[in-house]
Amino acid sequence: MTTSPAKAVVGVDVGGTFTDLFWFDEAAKRFRTAKVPSQRGDEAKGFIAGLTTFGPVSELASIVHGTTVGTNALLERKGAKIGVITTPGFRDALEMRRRDRRQTWGLWGDFTPAASRDCRLEVPERTLADGTIRTAVDREAVREAARALIAKGCEALAIIFINAYANPQNERDALDAAREVWPNENIACSSAILPEIREFERASTTALNATLQPVVGSYLRRLEDALEADGFTGRFHIVQSNGGVMSTATARRLPVRTALSGPAAGVIAAAAVARAAGHPDIITGDLGGTSFDVSLIAGGQAALAAQTTIDFGMVIRTPMIEITTIGAGGGSIARVDAGGLLEVGPESAGSRPGPVCYGQGNTRPTLTDANLVLGRIDGSKPLGTLQRLDVDAARAAIAREIAEPLGLDVMAAAEAIVKIANARMAGAIRLVSIERGHDPALFMAMPFGGGGALHAGALIHEVGLKGALVPRFPGVTSALGCVIADIRHDGVQTVNLMLDGLDAAALDARMVEAGREAHAVVADAGLSVERIDVLYELDMHYLGQTHTVSVPLPITLGEASTGISAAIIREAFDAAYGAAFSRLLPGIPVRIVTLRTAAIGRRPAFDLTALAPPADAAVETARRGTRKVYLDGAWRETAIWSRLDLPVGARIDGPAIFEQPDATTLLDPGLTAEVDALGNLVIMRG
Amino acid sequence: MTAALDPVTLAVLKGRLEQIANEMDATLYRSAFNPIIAEAHDACHGLYHATTGDTLVQGTSGLPIFVGAMAFAVRAVIARVAAGAANEPGDTWLFNDPYEGGTHLNDMRLVRPIFRDGQLFCWLASVGHWLDVGGNVPGNFNAKATESFQEGFRIPPVKLVRKGEFQHDIVEILNANSRLPQSNWGDLNGQLNALDLGEQRLSALLDDYGAGTVNAALDAFSARAEALMRAEIAALPDGRYSFDDFLDNDGISDEPLRIALDLTVEADAMTLDFSRSAPPCRGPLNIAYSTAVACCYVALKHIFPHVPANAGVLKPITFIIPDTTLLGVTAPKPVGGYTETILRVIDTVFGVFAQIAPERANGSPYATINALSLAGHRDDGSRFVMFSFFGGGLGGNPEGDGLNHGNNPISTATIPPAEILEAAYPVMFTQWALRPDSGGAGRHRGGCGAIYEIEALSESGADVFLLGERGKFPPFGVAGGSAAAMNRFVYDTDDGPKSPTLVTKIADIHIAKGQRVRLESPGGGGYGDARARDREAVRRDVANGYISAEAARETYGLDIEIG
Repeated sequence: MTTSPAKAVVGVDVGGTFTDLFWFDEAAKRFRTAKVPSQRGDEAKGFIAGLTTFGPVSELASIVHGTTVGTNALLERKGAKIGVITTPGFRDALEMRRRDRRQTWGLWGDFTPAASRDCRLEVPERTLADGTIRTAVDREAVREAARALIAKGCEALAIIFINAYANPQNERDALDAAREVWPNENIACSSAILPEIREFERASTTALNATLQPVVGSYLRRLEDALEADGFTGRFHIVQSNGGVMSTATARRLPVRTALSGPAAGVIAAAAVARAAGHPDIITGDLGGTSFDVSLIAGGQAALAAQTTIDFGMVIRTPMIEITTIGAGGGSIARVDAGGLLEVGPESAGSRPGPVCYGQGNTRPTLTDANLVLGRIDGSKPLGTLQRLDVDAARAAIAREIAEPLGLDVMAAAEAIVKIANARMAGAIRLVSIERGHDPALFMAMPFGGGGALHAGALIHEVGLKGALVPRFPGVTSALGCVIADIRHDGVQTVNLMLDGLDAAALDARMVEAGREAHAVVADAGLSVERIDVLYELDMHYLGQTHTVSVPLPITLGEASTGISAAIIREAFDAAYGAAFSRLLPGIPVRIVTLRTAAIGRRPAFDLTALAPPADAAVETARRGTRKVYLDGAWRETAIWSRLDLPVGARIDGPAIFEQPDATTLLDPGLTAEVDALGNLVIMRG
Repeated sequence: MTAALDPVTLAVLKGRLEQIANEMDATLYRSAFNPIIAEAHDACHGLYHATTGDTLVQGTSGLPIFVGAMAFAVRAVIARVAAGAANEPGDTWLFNDPYEGGTHLNDMRLVRPIFRDGQLFCWLASVGHWLDVGGNVPGNFNAKATESFQEGFRIPPVKLVRKGEFQHDIVEILNANSRLPQSNWGDLNGQLNALDLGEQRLSALLDDYGAGTVNAALDAFSARAEALMRAEIAALPDGRYSFDDFLDNDGISDEPLRIALDLTVEADAMTLDFSRSAPPCRGPLNIAYSTAVACCYVALKHIFPHVPANAGVLKPITFIIPDTTLLGVTAPKPVGGYTETILRVIDTVFGVFAQIAPERANGSPYATINALSLAGHRDDGSRFVMFSFFGGGLGGNPEGDGLNHGNNPISTATIPPAEILEAAYPVMFTQWALRPDSGGAGRHRGGCGAIYEIEALSESGADVFLLGERGKFPPFGVAGGSAAAMNRFVYDTDDGPKSPTLVTKIADIHIAKGQRVRLESPGGGGYGDARARDREAVRRDVANGYISAEAARETYGLDIEIG
């Protein structure tokens, strides 16, 4: 362990356009934020440049990093060339997917698998569904296949055998044999990555993990080398898609778990802010250039999803923060379709060329152009590397592309673009709330990202939300999340047990083993934690169903037992099933399909009062005059406030605009904003 | 909220109504018992017009073929009510009659009236494919049926729920006539879950916007779909275009069945005339008029994917489907193999569009569902029916190669994983692989079909049933592309491997423990001249084994050194 006197921890979120940093000195309760341009392809440069804004890197105690390197490599197909060794007759399982197609309507579009067909080789072996080994693996054939794949230039190897979830023996033997000839550490078998039934999902997760190993591995090495060169001797950790933190060693082994690293950190911060602010039920909305990411936090906790699809046929099955993404962002393009209906997105101008007002070549109006024309954002304020925004060009584009075809004047057209975008964002919020049985009237919106807070008021009205909670620093929320996040390790295994006649002792033994294993990974991560919690969840269903409901168990890992019993499981299942569907089905046998284990190392609570406004702040010093903003069909003289200068308890009526370096907040007429004790803006109906 | 229908309110309502249907879909998938619904999504939900039964809003995740067919199902209930049957709040109708509302006996429909201020506002409907509805063959794909009675039980529209009172005696009748009553009971509950949820959501929406606004919006959606469809048709060259394709046989006698389409484009309207098609057949390859219309809708939606999914799409189109053809039959002509016939009807629409607008065309998809069942008893004596549809290649198209191992145009169904099937049934897959040289050659190659080989593991072996097609007439190529490989089925006997006399249909074979069946599905048809294919792409195809070196030489004209 480091004995450096420095106590500062830094969260670093590397996004496509900017690298956001949050520096925090736990002892002195001091914090600082920074935003520097990201360097695509040489992220280490922006990373170090950002860190040095806080002083010498050698004085930092720990760095926690949210990254999109893995996601981008997957989306842009820039993963490593990999080889697959598999069961006779099954080399195409990875390419055949679950026999789907890209879209419901239209039969075009093909698919490129993570490993090309000539790099997928079969070796003699077979395990049956009950775990019986029908044919033991031929180790010499494995070595031969591995050599052939090396000769083809494969940089990583995935061993994927049918029914390995039921008995991993053949896979483990094959892994041993392959290691004898494989030249690097980029080698894994599917039962070590995801010991769960369904061969395509397991194969896809294992293969994508392999394609990421060399990419994420070398990225982390570059960062570590750069940090070391600057004299950093502290701890360096990575945020995973489940919102927990892992060591770089685990990240190298399981890079597929970084797929939602950055966005997950944002949700973790949002949950912490929500709990501290006394509004534990919120719906986060992160508005970026091309997308709007939504996540629901109930009772202060983010929901986890079991799998996600990165792109057609690219399935990753590992617990992740449930984040719903729609194609509506600042760069989303507005157009009138052939049937005369106005649409906004999903087509996007992104950040390059970006909105018309960026003057980088795009001529089709975007959401940001509409916000600019309406006076909701200030074209004279610098934005990243741009010195000013071109309002006239934005107005002309809206007039030509939207106002004329619809027979509206240009301001009405700009307002319509914003309304349609609001409706789509509202749809995404309904998707995660109403559709899952949550009453939106009980939830606050929490907008973050640079532009989210412009739309908070509209979302309150459109969805019928209780209000909105705008965090103190909406633009660096993900970096803050890196600093706050707990350490977490998830494990999963298929168990397939009937609840009637359950051998609770045998299940208990498996739970204890899984619990200890996950506990050890968290304990080895080396960050200071207050305690380590072990949580269990079962995926269960009525016999005959194929889908399952998640059943959280009210027990934990004890000295030698979890105290599990059939009665505890039955009661938990009835409660979970009843919450999901109106009708229980008494008399039909119940099956336990999967055991999920999570170990969570609780970090010392982050005291968010550190972010609060200084005691000497005063309303008058925060006033920045007025400007005209087009609201509800008319130009209105609107007060402008320097948000960070407002004191605790300040109460402002809409319309108003709050400006700060990382974001702009619009307070619509009829709404009231109050600065809470932590410096958050709490927006309620007036 | 005013009743004025500005574009903004319209867009908002469109999203909210679609969400209601999507959420009904999701509720059924998650709570269904049989994998055909839960995994393969052979189900659908929507909102239908109070007096016409027209499709108002349809979920985007349901089975495409039902999108067109459900309106006919709702009309069957409307007809009952018009004839004097009571229709009251709290009622839910149930039926599977293929002659009143299309498709086949496995598709159980639930139709619920939704009242607002004492008036019928619209209908909600749910359809799902039940695993077994009696009849001669487990799973009901009886390739030898000559009457509907051999395919399963037939339920006319009856009230399962009467003013909120659940009629248990009806369920008892259903249960007594199925091999898998528990599975059906689970699915029925799932469908009721979906209707309950849809009713709640719709009621909240009507509270927010008022029935008048929602009604006006629904009218506007239909008008918009019609306008978009007319605009698409108007852009096509006027004329009369014809395309004929064939089914292998009807499962009874080995005679091909002609499916013939004469399509006329005139200004912004089209006529689809199927009069030259074969007369009704003895076996289960017939379909009802409503099914034929529904599958034309599916074909057009694939060609014009951006036209919204509601009844407006069909307004500019006239159908001629005489009851003297196998596409417009009435009771009790067997219809259990309807999936094969509608796929061929869809292919004729693709074939015609390859002439009208090659830039919109794709090679024929594999276009056979290959309903394969293995049934028998486990070693513990319990009964099993393993039933699934299998995948194949999609057609090459102007944009690129066809997809390897996709699903059929009538479906968005995924296939259950081999591991799920092996865990549930006494079988072992010895192959689950792409089929080389099965995609039609072309500048853009058709996607590869698949090879599935299955070994029986239980002491008593398994009975095997197959209802497939494309065993004698391959999926065609377009714009100069070649046809794909045909469907092929082989099964072990004590005298060695055999193929069925009727090529793609069997209803009476048994394999012993350790014996295997092998299904080789077709690829998709090619697009454009194979000699014009990028040479590097041909080399890659050979390296990856999608095509053989011989095919590269003979079809693509490229000699490749085999290392």
